[in-house]
Amino acid sequence: MRVIFVAAVVGLTIFFGAYIGSHNMGVFNPKGIIALAEMNLIITTTLLMLIVVIPVFVLLAVFVWRYRASNTKAKYTPDWHSNRALEIIWWTIPIIIISIIAGITWTSSHELDPYKPIVSNVPPITIQVVALDWKWLFIYPEQNIATVNFVQFPKDTPVNFKITADAPMNSFWIPQLAGQIYAMAGMDTKLHIVSNEEGEYAGVSANYSGFGFSGMKFIAKATSKEEFDKWVKEVRQSPNALSLDEYNKLAKKSRNNEVAYYSSVAEKLYTMIIMKYMTPEMDM
Amino acid sequence: MTKETLIHHNAGARNLFGFWAYIMSDALLFASIFATYAVLQNNTFGGPSAGDLFSMPFVLVETLILLASSFTYGLASLHAHHHRNEENCKRKVIFWLAITFLLGVLFLAMEVFEFTKLFQEGAGFQRSGFLSAFFTLVGTHGLHVTAGLLWMGSITAQVIRHGITERTVNKIAALGLFWHFLYIVWIFIFTFVYLIGAI
Amino acid sequence: MLGNLTFSAIPTDPITIGGGALMILSIATIVGLLTYFKKWKWLWTEWLTSVDHKKIGVMYIILAFVMILRGFSDAIMMRLQQVLSVGDSTGFLPPEHYDQIFTAHGVIMIFFVAMPLMFGLFNLVVPLQIGARDVAYPFLNSMSLWLTVAGAVLVNLSLVVGEFAATGWLAYPPLSGIVYSPGVGVDYYIWALQIAGVGSLISGINFFVTILMMRCPGMTLMRMPVFVWTAFSSVALVIIIFPILTATLGMLSLDRLLGMHFFTSDFGGNAMMYVNLIWAWGHPEVYVLVLPAFGIFSEVVSAFSQKKLFGYTTMIWATVAITFFSFLVWAHHFFTMGAGANVNAFFGIMTMIIAIPTGVKVFNWLFTMFRGRIIFASPMLWTIGFIFTFTIGGMTGVLLSVPVADFQLHNSLFLIAHFHNTIIGGVVFGYFAGITYWFPKIFGFKLNERLGKAAFWHWIVGFFVAFVPLYILGLMGMTRRLSHIDAGTGWEPLLYVSMAGVAIIGIGVVLQILQFIISIRDRKKNLDVTGDPWNGRTLEWSTSSPPPFYNFAIIPTVHGRHPFWDMKHGVGVPQEKPSYEDIHMPRNTAMGLYIACAGFLLGFSLIWHIWWLAAMGIFGIVALVIIRSFDYDTDYYVPAAKVAKIEKARTK
Repeated sequence: MRVIFVAAVVGLTIFFGAYIGSHNMGVFNPKGIIALAEMNLIITTTLLMLIVVIPVFVLLAVFVWRYRASNTKAKYTPDWHSNRALEIIWWTIPIIIISIIAGITWTSSHELDPYKPIVSNVPPITIQVVALDWKWLFIYPEQNIATVNFVQFPKDTPVNFKITADAPMNSFWIPQLAGQIYAMAGMDTKLHIVSNEEGEYAGVSANYSGFGFSGMKFIAKATSKEEFDKWVKEVRQSPNALSLDEYNKLAKKSRNNEVAYYSSVAEKLYTMIIMKYMTPEMDM
Repeated sequence: MTKETLIHHNAGARNLFGFWAYIMSDALLFASIFATYAVLQNNTFGGPSAGDLFSMPFVLVETLILLASSFTYGLASLHAHHHRNEENCKRKVIFWLAITFLLGVLFLAMEVFEFTKLFQEGAGFQRSGFLSAFFTLVGTHGLHVTAGLLWMGSITAQVIRHGITERTVNKIAALGLFWHFLYIVWIFIFTFVYLIGAI
Repeated sequence: MLGNLTFSAIPTDPITIGGGALMILSIATIVGLLTYFKKWKWLWTEWLTSVDHKKIGVMYIILAFVMILRGFSDAIMMRLQQVLSVGDSTGFLPPEHYDQIFTAHGVIMIFFVAMPLMFGLFNLVVPLQIGARDVAYPFLNSMSLWLTVAGAVLVNLSLVVGEFAATGWLAYPPLSGIVYSPGVGVDYYIWALQIAGVGSLISGINFFVTILMMRCPGMTLMRMPVFVWTAFSSVALVIIIFPILTATLGMLSLDRLLGMHFFTSDFGGNAMMYVNLIWAWGHPEVYVLVLPAFGIFSEVVSAFSQKKLFGYTTMIWATVAITFFSFLVWAHHFFTMGAGANVNAFFGIMTMIIAIPTGVKVFNWLFTMFRGRIIFASPMLWTIGFIFTFTIGGMTGVLLSVPVADFQLHNSLFLIAHFHNTIIGGVVFGYFAGITYWFPKIFGFKLNERLGKAAFWHWIVGFFVAFVPLYILGLMGMTRRLSHIDAGTGWEPLLYVSMAGVAIIGIGVVLQILQFIISIRDRKKNLDVTGDPWNGRTLEWSTSSPPPFYNFAIIPTVHGRHPFWDMKHGVGVPQEKPSYEDIHMPRNTAMGLYIACAGFLLGFSLIWHIWWLAAMGIFGIVALVIIRSFDYDTDYYVPAAKVAKIEKARTK
């Protein structure tokens, strides 16, 4: 039995290692400085905790082996139940480590606050995001175009996402670029990201919002500035325009939507979507 | 004291302590609804706000009625605890319980009147988050008062049947905790909903 | 007449029909067996109307075992769907069904497996450990049990009449509001939890008062067994948090039933308020569940290391600290909702602070083993398995408590792996250890050790095989609650490994069922005749196995933390022959059951909008409670002579 067990553990470990080595590790394959900082944070925190966790495992293994009842050679002190020195050690060390992690928590929460704009010489691009049942609408207010389930932007350019929903709570997440933030109806939230490499990145909703939730995927594509401008022109050729009527049709429940392009967008559409929930008698 | 009395004595103390624990949990129920009211109190969605709706004199009368009912309940408790061996103690307890009951009914009638009026003015609980929170907070208190009145009736019937015994005195004490607790909750409602709302 | 209830409420898809048929068949079999063996009267007088805490404890645990079968079936179906539904294939469960399954899985496991196991163990053990004859309110104890059963019945009924919620186990609005969930599913959810929740709250008050006011003479607070301390902390939490759940679900139901606007997206509602409230309940809830498990581990590690528990006082203070801090962390469940850096950092730091007293407990357990003589009985295996497994889960928890890290981990399978890590490694392992440890006390014979050990190994290996892939998948960007995987993600191999892990756990569950069957079959060979099968230190081991219905013929007086150990070694044992007195005991009553039935009717009628039935339900509850309050003949005395007879039979 024991041989099978050890073989299985080794086998699985090798399998997992090989798997990790050959697949896109999402959060651990960052393509932008925000995701990179977040990954480093995860690694640092884990290493700090291993300082306590590994000794715990070692002690567990040693004690379980050494103090098994059949080992009568080991010392047996059935009434010994306290030791000030030991207690001080295992209160102090975790307190120190947690304090360090707490400090890291404080600073990182502020530095990597989703609302904090990214410092860069490159002027940012603003993209508005609307979570719908069950697709993602992207509105480019500066370019006056819109897309469904696809968002493109130039690399090394800070992207200022403004996010809302016309649906239940969703969560806007591009793991390789940045952490997520909730998309909620009647609210306007922000996420600042930047991609430092060209490529196509998986985007998802990370908060269950109903039956079509699994199909709520989008692609985030980072390209050169020239390619981006070319793409904007391409979108402007689309025969579809996102008028108010068209939006209301789009907002109806649908699943597994194909990518769609809109060559123009109704004025102040994003604001109207939010205000719909905030004021009475708001017709769209 | 005989062993039997000791056991019942302990049971009485146990029951009252358990009821205290229940009151603490009820306090948290109200706290949750209060917290929700605090968050939603300005969410009028274009509809009427607290300042538009509340009449202070009306609420003041409600408060005084409830205060009086706490006082009359106190009189009932006093007679039950300290005058157990007097001849007409039972009658006095029943009398003050009945007065408390009537005052409670009066309080509820005024609340029903207020709620009805609000509905007729178009300020029902479906109008806005603020109004949903208001009706639920005040309504939950009113439902508790109703439960208290039902309980009061039940206790009064038991006093009529069994007289003032250890058991009925304990019940009167427990209801007393409940009744006074409801008055304290009302003070919070009076202050944070009506008084501050009207400002 | 019947509100919204029509024949269309009966499901038509084969899988649901299959599941429902299985359930109905099981119930029919049990009813048939009871009738055939003419056991209805026995069931009624010995169990359904019993107010004996030991019997109520057994019934809670039976409820939990029945419901774990359903919760585990849900898990199997979820893993299977994710393995099959890749690319063009949509698996065997449409999202409309799958989404109910993962919701039911969470609801059942927390409310109808973990909580009943916990209250079951409290019932079995706490009165015996404090030298009491019963809990403070035996009638309410019975009522709480039946209210929990009523909630479970509603959840099970939703399988065959109507549907269940498809919102996730916490049913966030706006999704759970009437606009996005117009069916009856969320209403089943709400009323099952409201009814069971009342049971939990009252049970919490019951044990709170029991522990504070019914300890035997000499048992000061600092002489209570650790399990009693953790039970005490747990029920203190229950009393504080369950009203929050009641209020929150109540407001959700007002939104749905009466068109109010607490949590709607428009008309001034605020869905974020729900999220805050539900987690103000939800976070302490997990400490409600895990603290008693910690208490069990303390008892077990001491017994099976044959050594005093290390650092009793520290353990108590650590428990109290964890209890206190559990109120200050709730927002770590929604760092991604956008509360801002200061709020997030505060809650993150509060969360990681809890790791300190928890870690201290781990060291105390380790150093109880140090210089002990460890016996690897299955309760000890569960404990060692727990220390390993839970430490990993705790580590990933601290990781998640760093808000910025959480932004990348929230709602992914990493989160799922973390909380299963702590709940299975902590709560489930703990309660299994407790059941094995105290089984002989309650039933008079030991459980089959070989099967118990085999079950443990399958559980722990199966756990890691099932959940390590999920940690990896979470880091790869796979979110939770997916009913379909896109082609090209490459996630399938890990999902297959995870499925294998679930199968291994499944074998473990089968082994546990077998363990019970074989143990019952072999019970005469494994009798516990001394009442002290594990050479214990605490009072429960001083009674016979099973104890007489009154627990203690003479209420003991204790002089230290290890009263039974002291008794066994001649300390504080009264020299004179015992003289018995009449024992005051509560009568059996069916009122608890009746009230729960009325509660069930009320819940069912509110779900289906059958207003006249709802009114009857309310009237029924009120009437039954008042009738009960008029009943002054609720107790009786066991004559001293009878007590003497029972005690004499024991020592034969």
